[in-house]
Amino acid sequence: MNQPKGAALVEVLARHRDTLLTDWMNQHLSIALRRGLTTEAEMADQFRSFLNVFVDTLTRADTLDGNRPEWEPVRAYLAEISTHRARQGFTPAETATFVFSLKQPLYARLREAFGNQPAELADTSWSVNMLLDALGIYTTEVFQRSREAIILRQQEELLELSTPVVQLWEGILALPLIGTLDSARTQVVMESLLQKIVETGAAIAIIDITGVPTVDTLVAQHLLKTVAAARLMGADCIISGIRPQIAQTIVHLGVDLTNVTTKSTLADAFIIALQRSGSSIDNVTRLQN
Amino acid sequence: MDQTGVAVTSSQEIGLRSDQEIVRLRQLVRDQAVAQGFSLVDQTKFVTAASELARNTLIYGGGGDAQLSTLVNGMRKGLRLRFIDQGAGIADIERALQDGFTSGSGLGLGLGGARRLSDEFEIQSEPGKGTTVTITKWKLR
Amino acid sequence: MDRIPILRLGDCLIVAIQVDMHDRLALALQDDLTARIVKDSAKGVLIDISSLDIVDSFIGRMISNTAAMATVLDAQTVVVGMQPSVAITLVELGLTLDGVRTALNVERGMALLKQRRR
Repeated sequence: MNQPKGAALVEVLARHRDTLLTDWMNQHLSIALRRGLTTEAEMADQFRSFLNVFVDTLTRADTLDGNRPEWEPVRAYLAEISTHRARQGFTPAETATFVFSLKQPLYARLREAFGNQPAELADTSWSVNMLLDALGIYTTEVFQRSREAIILRQQEELLELSTPVVQLWEGILALPLIGTLDSARTQVVMESLLQKIVETGAAIAIIDITGVPTVDTLVAQHLLKTVAAARLMGADCIISGIRPQIAQTIVHLGVDLTNVTTKSTLADAFIIALQRSGSSIDNVTRLQN
Repeated sequence: MDQTGVAVTSSQEIGLRSDQEIVRLRQLVRDQAVAQGFSLVDQTKFVTAASELARNTLIYGGGGDAQLSTLVNGMRKGLRLRFIDQGAGIADIERALQDGFTSGSGLGLGLGGARRLSDEFEIQSEPGKGTTVTITKWKLR
Repeated sequence: MDRIPILRLGDCLIVAIQVDMHDRLALALQDDLTARIVKDSAKGVLIDISSLDIVDSFIGRMISNTAAMATVLDAQTVVVGMQPSVAITLVELGLTLDGVRTALNVERGMALLKQRRR
């Protein structure tokens, strides 16, 4: 370690590590335990582990810039506990405070060490301040990203629940799409339709878009790709529920539907599907009697 | 690091001088795609793109090498494949990227297809100076 | 080099591709199938790709070529069991497998072959 400030900091930390740990815990523990989201044992473990990786990295790195690659071990540990706390229900501020609350005890120790060197004290304190700020902010960024990932996963689960593939008849599936379709959602839904085709051995799938207010180029392309993929697998798709506005949009977008069977209602599509699979409505009535 | 935020976490070189090695490459890419957590569809797309480009390297490049790297960018994980050959090179890249272009049999489908199946695509080629194609795919969630 | 086995059921040939084929093996299969169609006077060829998790343009072309040659030899070809992710990838690749009939499974494929004979 060739940075003078860093060296002094390492020395202070080495000499006062235990008291530092106690002070820091006293500072922050009550806040951390306030909402009953974690235990004292878990918190003590996090304090100790953080201080260890912090001191370790400080000894090895020759920079106090928390964003540099040398500080990756500390960031990695913070990312771990930040994600963990996100799941536990902590707010990002609470997790950032975990880092910020180290400042007070650390300044106290620095004041003792640099008592008669105001310039060095100010300098080192400032560097520590910047370092802990950077690390604290990093926890909020990680927090944000992991919350987003959780939300995304919940959306997917909701998606699967809200677009069930229905088996209308033996060998005939229906996929009623409802609501606005975005590219990502459409892809997920289409993949699950193809999977259901394999699972049920259905040779015909009706994709009903009655409940879809608008269709853009991307969605139209996904629909067509799904039809093409189903065909490659040995199944046929019928698209139903194309309202006049959507028909106009599709024509305007130049989407080519010449090879795809389309019907305006799900009922019409069902009749066609029955005919293609060798049944008809007459048969159905007779079977029921 | 070659781009802001993108870091290479591992790298391996695979020779492409026989069609068995194309199969081996497919399996290696598949294993890494699984390890990086790609969805089944994304795995299939990337391995297929790899297969197309590997074959191009073997048949049109006279054999070459592939570099398979695992990437990380913040919380995103990815895979990168670089195909390098010292073959004849491609005179008209734009044309080669269009489907249906043939300078023998099916070169066009491979390049354009590999581009559509990947998230990032880069090609450098000059007649007499060989070809380097790089494809990258990211795990979205 | 191991070759992919071809089975016969009546006047149909059935082949299940269960390995990741290298190019020469794929070409050998194409040759073997063509030879067998002639030798057994086969009227139908069923290719089961349910174990394949990769179908690239080379394999795709091998399948199309096989089907084309079978047609010339008065036999019909059906490809069965394509996995969804393979189908999605082939669409993205732009490979249409024109001239190749497909079915969801062996049962449907055989029914299709019998049907087309009428």
